[in-house]
Amino acid sequence: MDRRKFLVRVAALGCSAAASPLVTPVALAQAPWDARLVVIILRGAMDGLDVFRPVGDPDYAGLRPTLRQGTMDLTGFFGMNAALSPLIPLWQTGEMGAAHAVSTPYRDKRSHFDGQDILEAGRPGIIGASNDGWLNRMLQTIPGITGETAFAIGRDQQLIMSGDAPAARWSPDADLTLSPQAERLLGLIYDADPMFKTASAQAIRIAQSIAMTAASDVERTDMMMADPMMAAVNANKEHVQLAEFAAARLRGDTRIASFSVSGWDTHLNQKGGITNALRRLSDTILTLRAGLGPVWDKTAVLCLTEFGRTAAENGTKGTDHGTGGAMIYAGGALNGGRILGDWPGLAEADLYNRRDLMPTRDVRAYPAWVMHDLLGISRRAIEMSVFPGLQMGSNPGIVA
Amino acid sequence: MPFDPTLAAVRFGSGLSPIFGPPADAAALLADIDTSFTYSVPNFDDVVPSQRAFQQANKARNKARGTDQAEAVEQAFRDLRLLANGVFDQSLRSSLARQVGADIGFKARLGTFFANHFTVKSRNSAQRHLVTPYVEDAITPHLNGHFSAMLRAVVTHPMMLLYLQQVQSVGPLSPLGKRRNRGINENLARELLELHTLGVDGTYAQADVRELAELLTGLTYNGQRGFFYDGRFAEPGSETVLGITYDAADGLDNILRAVDDLAVHPQTARHIATKIAVAFVADTPDVGLVDAMAAAFVATDGFLPAVYASMLDHPAAWGSELQKIKSPQRFITSAMRALGVTGDEMDQASGRHLRGLVVRPLRVMGQPWEQPNGPDGWPDDSTAWISPQGMAGRISWAMTAPRKLVRDRMSDPRDFVQTALGPLASQDVIFAASAAEVRDEGVGVVLASPAFQRS
Repeated sequence: MDRRKFLVRVAALGCSAAASPLVTPVALAQAPWDARLVVIILRGAMDGLDVFRPVGDPDYAGLRPTLRQGTMDLTGFFGMNAALSPLIPLWQTGEMGAAHAVSTPYRDKRSHFDGQDILEAGRPGIIGASNDGWLNRMLQTIPGITGETAFAIGRDQQLIMSGDAPAARWSPDADLTLSPQAERLLGLIYDADPMFKTASAQAIRIAQSIAMTAASDVERTDMMMADPMMAAVNANKEHVQLAEFAAARLRGDTRIASFSVSGWDTHLNQKGGITNALRRLSDTILTLRAGLGPVWDKTAVLCLTEFGRTAAENGTKGTDHGTGGAMIYAGGALNGGRILGDWPGLAEADLYNRRDLMPTRDVRAYPAWVMHDLLGISRRAIEMSVFPGLQMGSNPGIVA
Repeated sequence: MPFDPTLAAVRFGSGLSPIFGPPADAAALLADIDTSFTYSVPNFDDVVPSQRAFQQANKARNKARGTDQAEAVEQAFRDLRLLANGVFDQSLRSSLARQVGADIGFKARLGTFFANHFTVKSRNSAQRHLVTPYVEDAITPHLNGHFSAMLRAVVTHPMMLLYLQQVQSVGPLSPLGKRRNRGINENLARELLELHTLGVDGTYAQADVRELAELLTGLTYNGQRGFFYDGRFAEPGSETVLGITYDAADGLDNILRAVDDLAVHPQTARHIATKIAVAFVADTPDVGLVDAMAAAFVATDGFLPAVYASMLDHPAAWGSELQKIKSPQRFITSAMRALGVTGDEMDQASGRHLRGLVVRPLRVMGQPWEQPNGPDGWPDDSTAWISPQGMAGRISWAMTAPRKLVRDRMSDPRDFVQTALGPLASQDVIFAASAAEVRDEGVGVVLASPAFQRS
């Protein structure tokens, strides 16, 4: 390249770089609401029957001969797996509850991966490559959403937040520092490739905004760890770091966050596996609560899983893939201390396919009512586009 | 059809290199699958420490608890763990060296593909070093054979039986099932249908999963005997899977017959053909390409080289548009290759380099080594990798790793853009490489470019 051409290119680069999102600081629009919604995907199919145990059901004991130890009473009819005991104070203050006998519209094939896709897409069936997620479709109904209103956190792909509305994705262990020249050159080479352009622009913007709040985040983390309820929480664990990161974003301009907690596929010796998973979940919820501070009062946390597990234990002290399960919820904005839903019973004739807990309500109805009552999304928008095909039905009163 | 040497290296091989020229023709790609890998990894049966050594050390540890032997036994256990960590690290080095130092790399790519198709994960720290040996036993020898042979090897491998918990599944009416009140675990049976053979769109039902799970009872493993069939676990009677009835009286033969039937099922042919085309060519591959590959699978009862040949023979495999995004592993190995890092250098990388330049970056880019989420392995669609955090990981690596890898051998970016991309270099990338302020950033910009990230 001769010198004249080179200078022309540099000049052109200067112009395009100024207009490029890679170097233009994006002003955050005013967030549309003050409430916060956190959706946690429990990957692997949580056994709802082992978390919220129907001890008052006459068939429960027979179905679960080895999985009954360590139950804390909640309502007389329902007890809770003792691994969630750190959340008991939240149950007592109405900051935590559950909905039982729920499922997505997915039936029969019981594949984790299709089950998660349907849960995150929020549609009645699999629709293939152009799939988007229900949190994203909810954002699409709000005009003027930008930047970091919504955050998908972690390294995993989260269909629930994917789609046409802008939503940030980040993992707490990612980092990006670039010289101004490198940033400009990357802007140039990504300009013609929309996928790279969007992802790299977001990466640079998020890295910069995290760098700006880093000092106050550290301060907050110190305060958080001083919270007595955090005493048993190990801050070095990945799920705690995700929750901490989510709390840091939600204290600022972020209103919606999603991330995953996995480890629920307990085919074998479920007691050990589910105890660990439930501890991770209670650590996560407690970290969010401590990290959010006063914002917790405006927060709804919904923990959703792809399906439940078999009503009966299998031959290896575990459970296999099933249908109906439970949703756990927490947050100062919600009405806890209760187990919502109609109980179908566990007699063989009451089970789905004589095998699984019968779902008595579409699990999507609960996030639907939370979005309706807490975020003011219209029933029509929810039933038409966020959760196509859902009949929201009567208000379960989940929002306080 | 338009065979293209650059595309052959980038799309089907392990990438362009200043050391190895690109493949001359499709025959060269196919010949690669009959070569042997240069860098060795242990087999499951030979690996030291073995699964059994860990079990014994664990037993000794429990026994010695509270005695004056406790400290010595604990030390022996720690030594074993250190030894296992060494095997794990060396297996990672060798696996990457097979890509970095390959002449062509088609076989190494296929090895990665099938290892992912038949994902196993370690269930505890004593198994962490045993995943690569599983791949070496069950996948590598069958890359140039029939799919059924690979499927048999996978279904009877200790690591798969442990990972999908088949070793705990007991026929409820078997002698042991009745005596100990134990039963079926459906895990392997379900994934065998859903992931390994027919695919989730296959025409199987819950009853097929259940009957297959009953049929598979008896497949087991212990540290002393390795894999074996134990009739005491096996559910008696006959089982019907996809309309074919298998009599339990035949024991292992019967199970293998069902495995063979699943391996050549037309829906398996389609599922495997689609997955290979998606891995190598495009997220949404041309229907004609998949048809041709599935037909080759069916016509040869799943002879894999015939399936590969039909892919390489099809015009849709050679489209000039780069539709795939390299996985983080492939990004790192192809970048090392382009930088002129040799297979031997990778094979002998220091622990510090391994952690700083491979293990940690892979985690940030979203592909921690041998730790996918579940038995479905790593995703194969481009959007899974190009997230903001994944991009941050890739760009950071591109800007900082090359200097640490090649030190004073760092190329002039204006030359490097030709080495790394050849005819795939766009004017923008050529310009950007020359306009960087420092050499490292020029090289970094080339590696971070869409043309290098795609294939």
